Amino acid sequence: MSNSILASGTAASTDAAGDNTAENTAPASAGTVMSMQQALNRALDEVLAENPKAVIFGEDCGRLGGVFRITDGLQAKHGAQRVFDTPLAESGILGMSVGLAMAGFHPIPEVQFDGFAYPAINQIVCQIARMNYRSRGTLPMPITLRVPSFGGIRAPEHHGESLEALFAHVPGLKVVSPSNPHEAYHLLKYAATRPDPVIFMEPKSRYWQKGEVDPTRHDADGGSPAGAKVMREGRHLTLVAWGAMVARCLQVAELAAEDGIDIEVLDLRWLKPIDAAALAASVRKTRRAVVVHEAPLTSGLGAEVAQLITQSCFDTLRAPVERVTGFDVPYPSGDLEDEYIPNIDRILFGIQRVLEYKRG
Amino acid sequence: MDTLPLAATGDDAGPLTSAQLRELYSLMVAVRHLDTSAIAWQRQGIIPGYAPELGQEAAQVGSGYAVDTTRDFVFPTYREMGVARTMGVDMVGYMSTHKATWHGGLYDPVESRLAPIQAVVAGSVLHAVGWAHGQTLDQKDGVALTYFGDGASSQGDVHEAMNFAAVMKAPVVFFVQNNGWAISVPTDRQVAGGSVAARAAGYGMPALQIDGNDVVAVVEATRRAFAHARSGNGPVLIEAMTYRRGPHSTSDDPGRYRSLDEERDGAGEDPLERLRQRLLADGMADEAFFADALAAAKAEEEQIRTGIQALGPRPGAEMFDLVFQETTPALQAQAANWREESEHV
Ligand SMILES: Cc1ncc(C[n+]2csc(CCOP(=O)(O)OP(=O)(O)O)c2C)c(N)n1
Repeated sequence: MSNSILASGTAASTDAAGDNTAENTAPASAGTVMSMQQALNRALDEVLAENPKAVIFGEDCGRLGGVFRITDGLQAKHGAQRVFDTPLAESGILGMSVGLAMAGFHPIPEVQFDGFAYPAINQIVCQIARMNYRSRGTLPMPITLRVPSFGGIRAPEHHGESLEALFAHVPGLKVVSPSNPHEAYHLLKYAATRPDPVIFMEPKSRYWQKGEVDPTRHDADGGSPAGAKVMREGRHLTLVAWGAMVARCLQVAELAAEDGIDIEVLDLRWLKPIDAAALAASVRKTRRAVVVHEAPLTSGLGAEVAQLITQSCFDTLRAPVERVTGFDVPYPSGDLEDEYIPNIDRILFGIQRVLEYKRG
Repeated sequence: MDTLPLAATGDDAGPLTSAQLRELYSLMVAVRHLDTSAIAWQRQGIIPGYAPELGQEAAQVGSGYAVDTTRDFVFPTYREMGVARTMGVDMVGYMSTHKATWHGGLYDPVESRLAPIQAVVAGSVLHAVGWAHGQTLDQKDGVALTYFGDGASSQGDVHEAMNFAAVMKAPVVFFVQNNGWAISVPTDRQVAGGSVAARAAGYGMPALQIDGNDVVAVVEATRRAFAHARSGNGPVLIEAMTYRRGPHSTSDDPGRYRSLDEERDGAGEDPLERLRQRLLADGMADEAFFADALAAAKAEEEQIRTGIQALGPRPGAEMFDLVFQETTPALQAQAANWREESEHV
């Protein structure tokens, strides 16, 4: 059985980057079709309208609307006091966010590309993440830091990185990543109303993918965007992913279904705090799990997810949790990107390892 | 150096009255006495460590005196005890950081208008810019006063802060206490270009380099800078030239990098003695006043020491409770485990 999965998977995935088939992730309810870029833009527009203390700033996010146009038109609509360009200095942008939060604002700063969060690490880790603690809760840091994240767009060096484990490891930060336009809209609106610092990791390779957005409700059952979400129900194995990898996993699940393998896809959404209950529920049902992420393997979030699963599902697990991830190499340039980012083949191999596992 | 234009209007208060000068003296004595005592507390094992400010009393008291705690906000480092005392911050709460009770201190930063004590040098200079820009957005007239040393001025964040503040015309007063040393490194091995004040020109920002041991000069300079920033003219830099007479911290050994002769020559006039001579010369105070001021300082120190000694460790649960405004399941689970395993149930 598993051999045939691999065989058909290999055949079907010659175009490993072609994950445009996975646009079926928005809820079935009536909504508007838009790209993730538009969904994020709309969410920010509404946040500005609803919260007079929300301010958006960063490099080129005013007049230009950001290099990814996520803040497009917001300055014209809400004024240059609410949406403004800063000098080109990431530490400055994030350090300034601390002071604005202290003055009662809800800063929504943008770091233009993930790799440029590094120059601001001191302000993020030593200041934003700690001020609530340091001040014994009197100086909360309601900061939503938007970071265009992950690879997949053949960008130059430092324009595609997967920093989630780094951020998630820092006490005092929360981390979330949307996987499609509907999620992007609701998760950003939710994050931007939280009283704690949230690193909002936008999968930049998904910015232009369209999907249905229902602004009136987040989940089919009306639930809140606070935890993980089952994107596809299945019985045989759980694929755990976030960001751009969710769409790819859904694609893999479709392929596997042709071979009678029924895969559940769990969009983790919150990388901190991780929704351990949803993980446990899914894996207790399927009894097998593969974690998929773009970040390097060693000390990546896959290890954290695998441990949470082991802890809650050890008795029912049929095989060790597998990881399909990027490698422990600097993020490669565009030509090698498809080798680095988990592709359909590699995910199928991971699935096969789990399905074929025999107790020693 | 003085490139700050004179204020056209007089938000700038007039010369200091004799009552104010006496008050400044009392504050400096209180700060000197508490500072010297804190070193003794460390030697006696009452607190594990302290960052003394012997010799910097005029710079700290003078600048803190210009703050209006109804509208301004101050961003300190780890050495601004004199500023805190001048602003009326709860000193047991302030000293609790040095007691290792709580990072940042137990005082209320919102009420006192003093941000938590900051150990990352230059860490809070940018916060001052953000807070100040918030004043502009809210159309309020508060000014942010941010402290840092000549050593901290080497940090990139200081450049970013000055550039941001100048571009945005943010009401910030950058107050550099140039005490001659960054631990063991003297200013001439730390600051290229001769002075920190000289850098302001590059940002189109006015600067004042002042005698930081003259409390009157410090009050006047800070008031001028506040008036300038408050009327929407943007940031100002003050470099107060002073000298750290004691060790960098209670674990420092200045004998490894300077001799007693160098210390005596570098230190210049004692800021307290200087004000005392002035008060005497002008007939504003007599020996009885000085004796009373010292007695009050001693009484105050005793009260603070008692308060510090009475401070127990914070309840361990706070470690978990104060990370976030909205806690996480993982933190709750860790707190529960901790409670159980340390039998704190
Ligand atoms: C970012 C950072 N690097 C190093 C240190 C260690 N350190 C603490 S104080 C200090 C010297 C600071 O000198 P200066 O800014 O002149 O202030 P002063 O201590 O003289 O008041 C150093 C290197 C630190 N606290 N923060």
